[in-house]
Amino acid sequence: MELTGAEITIRCLQEEGVEYVFGYPGGAVLHIYDALFQQDKVKHVLVRHEQAAVHAADGYARSSDKVGVALVTSGPGLTNAVTGIATAYLDSIPLVVISGQVPTFAIGEDAFQEVDAVGITRPCVKHNYLVKDVKDIAATIKKAFYLAKSGRPGPVLVDIPKDISGQKTEFIYPESVKIRSYNPVGKGDSAQIRLAAQLLLEARRPMIYAGGGVVLSDASAQLTDLVRLLGVPCTNTLMGLGGYPANDTQYVGMLGMHGTYEANMGMQYCDVLVAIGARFDDRVIGNVEHFAQVPRKIIHIDIDPSSIAKRVKVDVPIVGDVKLVLDELLDVLRKSRQKPDATELSAWWKQIDEWRVKGGGARYKNSSEVIKPQFVIETLHKLTFGDAFITSDVGQHQMWAAQYYQFNHPRRWINSGGLGTMGFGLPAAMGVQLKHPGETVACVTGEGSIQMNIQELSTCKQYHLPIKVLSLNNRYLGMVRQWQQFFHGNRYSESYMDALPDFVKLAEAYGHVGMRIDNPADVEPAMREAFARKDDLVFMDFRTDSTENVFPMVPGGKGLSEVVLAEDL
Amino acid sequence: MRHIISLLMVNEAGALSRVAGLFSARGYNIESLTVAPTEDLTQSRMTIVTHGSDAVIEQITKQLNKLIDVIAVMDLSEGEHIERELMLVKVRAEGNGRDELKRLTDIFRGRILDVSDHTYTIELTGARGKLDGFIEAIGHDLILETVRTGASGVGRGNRILK
Repeated sequence: MELTGAEITIRCLQEEGVEYVFGYPGGAVLHIYDALFQQDKVKHVLVRHEQAAVHAADGYARSSDKVGVALVTSGPGLTNAVTGIATAYLDSIPLVVISGQVPTFAIGEDAFQEVDAVGITRPCVKHNYLVKDVKDIAATIKKAFYLAKSGRPGPVLVDIPKDISGQKTEFIYPESVKIRSYNPVGKGDSAQIRLAAQLLLEARRPMIYAGGGVVLSDASAQLTDLVRLLGVPCTNTLMGLGGYPANDTQYVGMLGMHGTYEANMGMQYCDVLVAIGARFDDRVIGNVEHFAQVPRKIIHIDIDPSSIAKRVKVDVPIVGDVKLVLDELLDVLRKSRQKPDATELSAWWKQIDEWRVKGGGARYKNSSEVIKPQFVIETLHKLTFGDAFITSDVGQHQMWAAQYYQFNHPRRWINSGGLGTMGFGLPAAMGVQLKHPGETVACVTGEGSIQMNIQELSTCKQYHLPIKVLSLNNRYLGMVRQWQQFFHGNRYSESYMDALPDFVKLAEAYGHVGMRIDNPADVEPAMREAFARKDDLVFMDFRTDSTENVFPMVPGGKGLSEVVLAEDL
Repeated sequence: MRHIISLLMVNEAGALSRVAGLFSARGYNIESLTVAPTEDLTQSRMTIVTHGSDAVIEQITKQLNKLIDVIAVMDLSEGEHIERELMLVKVRAEGNGRDELKRLTDIFRGRILDVSDHTYTIELTGARGKLDGFIEAIGHDLILETVRTGASGVGRGNRILK
């Protein structure tokens, strides 16, 4: 039987086991929405803005091991989706985004709601396709899912012109997919892995630095085994939080611009560094020349060869899937008769513990007068037993959530690390909550970020998503204000927001529960009440200290050991 | 340093823009770029001449390899290779100068493709240095227009890009 291109598109999603499509209808996707209407296997979530559709699909993917799917119309539908696509691209999140396009005969004529979708998204997708023949739809979508998930994951766009989705052909879903020019690696090179094992066994000051690749590869168990087997310190990047349990004594905290003193000093002064699924980005190691001043051997495990030796010189590159490489590395280490030098290792730990004391860990001065943002996060951790799914937006609140919510499991910390997209948190939480209906999902945000996609409170109402929104409202674009205080002579150029809405009334207007919390003593009771409302979305507007800064801080362009601790100010 | 990067890619719509876009997005420079389908019409072969430190060239080849449409990449300048470029030069050819230009063209093993009362159009093939040498020998004053294809390259002997 012949099906339309639109019906084929939906059948493909069914074949891929897609539960939810996040989207927004429009002219160019009407055929596809009609096909969606006439089936009930794939559920559609109607967002209020296409950016949110992609973020929701992204949150869904990050909190599971599934590919997120979004569906948008041509022109503005697609351009609105671009921020979401770029967010996923920078953090290597597997997505398939299907966009409508004007009919093939109108392409290039500046038709109504026409943009060059393939051209606009080219630099921020893993790959993209414009389908020009209805016979190609099934194979293209099959390829899109395969590309999104395999190798280094990423978003893939499939642009389908309206006439193509309306035409008919036989539906055959390919069983397998082969792309001649695409052969992602799996196992790492065994000789290199043996070399890495040898370096690690001979190391005097070893350090493990693990990033988002560990989470994406579902290799937390392997990472944990490796760290414990070797008895070495482990730090996680912002993207890697939860990849190694934060409550473990061998964990030295997050590293980077707002990382712990011990993690950053450990990075700087170790003699063998193992980077696992991480990419030495500028927010992580700061100044490259400064980092290179101290000699150390670097072992770098990554699925993407272009991540290796991009910013720092690497001694032992291992290209492969993190999980498979770690399995093999563990095997080599377990079979080796040689053991790490216990005396050297204990001296190294002594040094790290001294740094721990000096850094003071996650320390801030609490107040009984004004709500400290860190205290809100600590309370959140306490009431959710460190076990909730936490999404965040971007700014100071993101860093405090990363620092103070101790993540013990992967895929619980959902944030836009690479692109740093304000407006990510709430829609991402929708995707997470749909994937994990019974679980606690909290969105840590600020009054700046939340307003970038606040319209999604409406979507949350429609789909009964009982997300808990914790807005750390300091009346400033806090991270901007912090940089202006430090680096621009206290000139708070356009970082103060006057005329903020009444968030309680706003939440209520959307049909939710709103709370305003002004006093530190009310933080815990309010949060208890909010979390007790299992079926409600509760918007908590915490009026926090407007002058609080994020510490420690490695200023931009500085080296890891040039960190500013709170007391230095 | 100057490098000649050769790549084989799937002959899909937009493949060229993916390569060109990669270079501009990541701030790599392109001195020249040539592309055409191979004997297998599903594939195109591209030669890119670029400049950069070893680290930059390493990144360029890795990033090119990452493109889904790219089948294989080779830095030709890493080994023995042949580089050729085609140039068409239209020169003012008048009076006694016509003989001199003919002689120069012969010396450089070029061919005169078109003759008018006042012009010659000369075809010349060779490595970049030879073409540059020819332009210098004629002198900029006589040149009316120059069209160069940019380098095409291939490895010597068993160096094959498949």
